[in-house]
Formats: sequence, structure tokens, C-alpha cells
Amino acid sequence: MSESFLLRYVHEPDQGELDAYLSRGGYEGLRRALAMAPEQVTDEVEKSGLRGRGGAGFGTGRKWKFLPRDPAVTKYLVVNADEGEPGTFKDRTLLECDPHRLIEGIVIAGYAIGAHQAFIYLRREFHRARGLLERAIAQAYAKGYLGADIQGSGYRLDVVVATGAGAYIAGEETALLESLEGRRAMPRLKPPFYPAVKGLYMQPTALNNVETLCHVAWILARGQEWYRQQGAPILFSVSGHVQRPGVYELPLGTTIRKVLEAAGGMRPGRAFKACFPGGSSAAILPEAYLDTPMDYDLTKLDVYGSMLGSAALIVMDDSTCMVEVVARTVEFYRDESCGKCTPCREGTVWITQVFDRILHGQGRTEDLDLLNGIAKGMTGTCFCPLGESVPPAIYSTLRFFRHEYEHHIRTASCDVRAAAHA
Amino acid sequence: MPDLSDAAKTEIRRLMAQFPHRQSALLGALFVAQEEAGVLFPEIVAQVAEVMRLPESEVTSVASFYHLFRFKPEGRHLIQVCTNVSCLLNGCDRALERLKHRLGIEVGETTPDGRFTLRTAECLAACEIAPMMMIGPDRHGPVQPEQIDEILGKYV
Ligand SMILES: Cc1cc2nc3c(=O)[nH]c(=O)nc-3n(C[C@H](O)[C@H](O)[C@H](O)COP(=O)(O)O)c2cc1C
Ligand code: SF4
Repeated sequence: MSESFLLRYVHEPDQGELDAYLSRGGYEGLRRALAMAPEQVTDEVEKSGLRGRGGAGFGTGRKWKFLPRDPAVTKYLVVNADEGEPGTFKDRTLLECDPHRLIEGIVIAGYAIGAHQAFIYLRREFHRARGLLERAIAQAYAKGYLGADIQGSGYRLDVVVATGAGAYIAGEETALLESLEGRRAMPRLKPPFYPAVKGLYMQPTALNNVETLCHVAWILARGQEWYRQQGAPILFSVSGHVQRPGVYELPLGTTIRKVLEAAGGMRPGRAFKACFPGGSSAAILPEAYLDTPMDYDLTKLDVYGSMLGSAALIVMDDSTCMVEVVARTVEFYRDESCGKCTPCREGTVWITQVFDRILHGQGRTEDLDLLNGIAKGMTGTCFCPLGESVPPAIYSTLRFFRHEYEHHIRTASCDVRAAAHA
Repeated sequence: MPDLSDAAKTEIRRLMAQFPHRQSALLGALFVAQEEAGVLFPEIVAQVAEVMRLPESEVTSVASFYHLFRFKPEGRHLIQVCTNVSCLLNGCDRALERLKHRLGIEVGETTPDGRFTLRTAECLAACEIAPMMMIGPDRHGPVQPEQIDEILGKYV
């Protein structure tokens, strides 16, 4: 990739100020978009090849095209700023370091789909981001980048920042809409409730991730051809046992090994053991997969349901007890399950009970089959992807790290920990 | 039980006016109430319901779904220690043990002087500073056990 742009200005302390943003070419993309017809803007985004960065990787331009064009139909734009996938922190970084980029992307997207009202569903714990974003929004209103007649174009868009209240499931798009309507964040049935058809207040709604909309601002500023030449950049959140955890901008399809290297590699004296390539909803992959490209293309990363997801690479070194990691992961899904469907609500509880006894030295030989069986019972049976996120880590560790489970069960102790602390 | 102030009610009405449907302001309204009253006592929930013209049962049901609403008194400063994978890998257990020891409380409890409440949290989207925690609105990390006294000292 020739240059980094999503992160180019994140170290500039004044980037959140409108004047500084403008002096660095900010709102150029919006200016260009407003000179085009809305359909042309959508085409430009579609041609860029941009796929949503919230986790599902759906084509952004295509998604916008599902919304009806009829100007008489009220449409909404909703921004998913609820970032909660374990290991993911790139949206928070963008919100805190380049808030006007998001606002620019919002106005462009709103214009493309014909919305006059946008809502940003912001994670409650993002206190710093909230302050900076509200300040940037006020500046944008004051200078005619939001509100009525944006930059003399006749286009009107209002933006309101709404709040989450602590619920991972609210990041799922239909649960987010429920939450934004002031209800319990429980997913809606799809079909019929695809947001583009029946979204917020049952109106057609485009729902996009923070990073996705920042890409949109750059695509319009520089043109889709330039963007494609950059090699489809993506933000990787790298954490765990690496030397320099952080957000890295690299082309889509970079191998796990290269992403790991960008983050400084493993810590001294430690060896790579395994990783989650796409947040904890992905399967855990061992060393043999280090040269796998990190891409949405399922033929590449799909090992036991592993995936790029939110592009959060969580790296584990040879001191890691895999049984403990999976146990903690399942506990997370148990605690965050909305309780709507049985396989997820009950399955996560049963699985954590089995892990508890294995980790407390009371595991039984038949527990491994039991874990596999419960995971099977959850596969393809859950109402939403949260429940479906549990089996991949179970299947992959039962396959690649089975000996660790067996050792725990046989000896009631952890040899990995013992070796690491020897 | 003090009533919600007029200022809080005005703020709730301002939030309601931001949305085409007033119920969309509910989460924000509950935070306004919680910040003023400290706790979402049933009487406070009832007042939020009244201002928003929503059934009290609906407001209670919604509030009970989310992790960040409080139904019993807590300390002045909420400590949230992330225990999700990235922080687990980086030793959040040690930081948590130290906190429990220094505060003399278990997870979920409040110090007798009402200063701190200790909780664990799921990923707070700041894994670059794992192991991390939040105290009130502030992020701290990477948290080394030996820094904990100094960090706690900033909160009175
Ligand atoms: C359990 C669950 C949690 C999710 N959390 C988030 C999130 O925090 N942020 C996000 O942008 N997308 C999240 N998603 C994906 C959204 O449902 C949705 O696909 C995305 O926001 C669409 O935006 P995009 O097309 O721009 O990626 C989550 C999905 C699931 C199933
Ligand atoms: S899979 Fe889990 S989170 Fe999703 S609807 Fe079912 S219970 Fe709720």
C-alpha cells in the first residue's frame, strides 16, 4: 500500500478542530459529493469495493442501493459506534482522533441515500469520544456542514448522538435499532426486519460502522480509482502478547504474520501459539495458519468458522492456557446473551459449567464430547450471530489444542502455566 | 426519596425532542436520572416514566436489561476492571487482586467509606493499554499492580 490515510492525522492533537481539519483537506469529499447526483455517490462507493467494517463485510454501496429512492419515504442513517467486539478498538480511535472525518462520511452517506436525519449510537463508556464528537458536531453546524442547506446545496441533514447503556448485543444491527427506539436490545427477525427495508421506526435505514463511514469520506475526497489503488486498506486492532499493541492500517488480505510483525512481533523469549483473527467471535487459529491472508474471502480464513470479523487480531504466546482463554470467552457470551433464544441462553451456561469443572480439576473424560455436542446444538440454531459465535472457539481448540484439555482433565493441573512460570 | 429536579426533567424533555419518537430518549433519560439520584430507585424510575409518558413497567424492564444502570447505592467512583481476553492475557488478574486487597472488598462490593465500587467489565475497547480499567470516565492502563495506590489516590 502506498500511503496510510485513515490513520494519517491521528497523532495531530488539533485534528478534532474544524479549522485544522479543513486545512488538511477536510470536507473535500463532501464538496465533491454534493456536486454529484446521490446515485452517482452510491455508485462511486460501490465501485470502490468498500465492504462494511463492522464485522459482516457487506458491500457498502450495495447496501445503500437496497433503500428505496422515493423521496417521499422517510429514510434514516444510523451509525454503529457501539464497538464492543473483544479486542476491537479502531472505531474508538477514529472517534477520538478524527471526529470530523466521521461527520463528513455521515453527510455523504446521508446525501447518497436521501436521509435527513442521522443518529450515532455511541457506546456509553466512550466518554472522551462523546465530548469530542459533540464538540465537532457543534462546529460542523456552525459552519454549515450540518443542518439546513449544507454548503449551499439545498441538502439538509441533522445528526443526533444517542447513547448505549452497556450491552454487547446492542452492536448487532437490529438489536441496536431496538435500543435506539428505547427498548431492550433484543435482535429482530430477519426477514422481514432488514434495516434497509424495515429499520428505525420501521422506515428504511442505512446502518454503518464508524470505520466504514470514514472510508467513505476518503473515497469521495480522492475518488474510487485512487482508493482501489491503495489496496483496500483496513484497520487492524492488534492486542494480546505483542510488543506494540495498537491500531494498524494495512491492505485487506495481509497475512496474519505480517500484521503481527507490524505490531512489533512477539515479546522477547516468547513464541507464537495461537490467535483470534477477527475478535473473539472467530475461531482460534494455531501457528500453521500464520500465512493465511486476513480477508473477508471465506475460502481463506474460514477454518472452523474463523473469519476476519472486526479485524481484531488477539495474539497469544506460549504461556497461554487455551482452556482458560476459551472459558473466559464463553463466559463473555453467556453474560452478554440477550436471552431471547434457548440455544444461546442455555448453551452458554452449560458450556461454562463444563469449563468450570475442567479448570477446577473436576473434569471428566466425556466432557470433551459433551462440549462438542453442546456446540453442535448451538450451530445454526441461534436466533442471531451472538450465539453462533460460541462454537468456533470450541471446535478449533478441541481440534488444535485437545491435549491441553486432556491434560487438565487427567492431572487436574495446567502444564502450560506450570511451564511458563517455572 | 428526593424528587427529580426540574433541571433533570427539563433535560429529559430536551432529549425527547431530539427524536421522532420520545421513547428513543429513554436510555439517555435514565442516565440523567441516575446521575442526579445516584440510584434508579423505583420512585425515580416512576418519575422518568411520568415525564416521558411511558408505562413504569416498560421503563423498569428496559433499565434492567443494560449493565450500566444501578438499582442499589454504590460508591462515588466506579472502578471497572476489564477482564476480557486481551486484558486476561496481559495480567488483569494481578491488578484485580491488588485492587481487592487495597480496597478490602470483593468484586461487586463498595468500600465502607462509600468511595469506590469495584466491578469487572467486558472489553472496553482500549486493548492497546491492556490490562486496563476505568475509574469513572477515565481510562487507566497498562495497569501494573504497584501503580494502583497512586491511581486510587487521585479519586477522593
Ligand atoms: C453480536 C454482534 C455485535 C456486533 N457489534 C458491532 C459493533 O460493535 N460495531 C459495529 O459496527 N458492528 C457490530 N456488529 C455488526 C453489525 O450488526 C452490522 O453488521 C454493522 O454495524 C453494519 O455496518 P457496516 O456494513 O458498515 O459494517 C455486530 C454484530 C453482532 C452479531
Ligand atoms: S443468539 Fe443469543 S443474543 Fe442472539 S437472540 Fe439468541 S439469545 Fe439473544
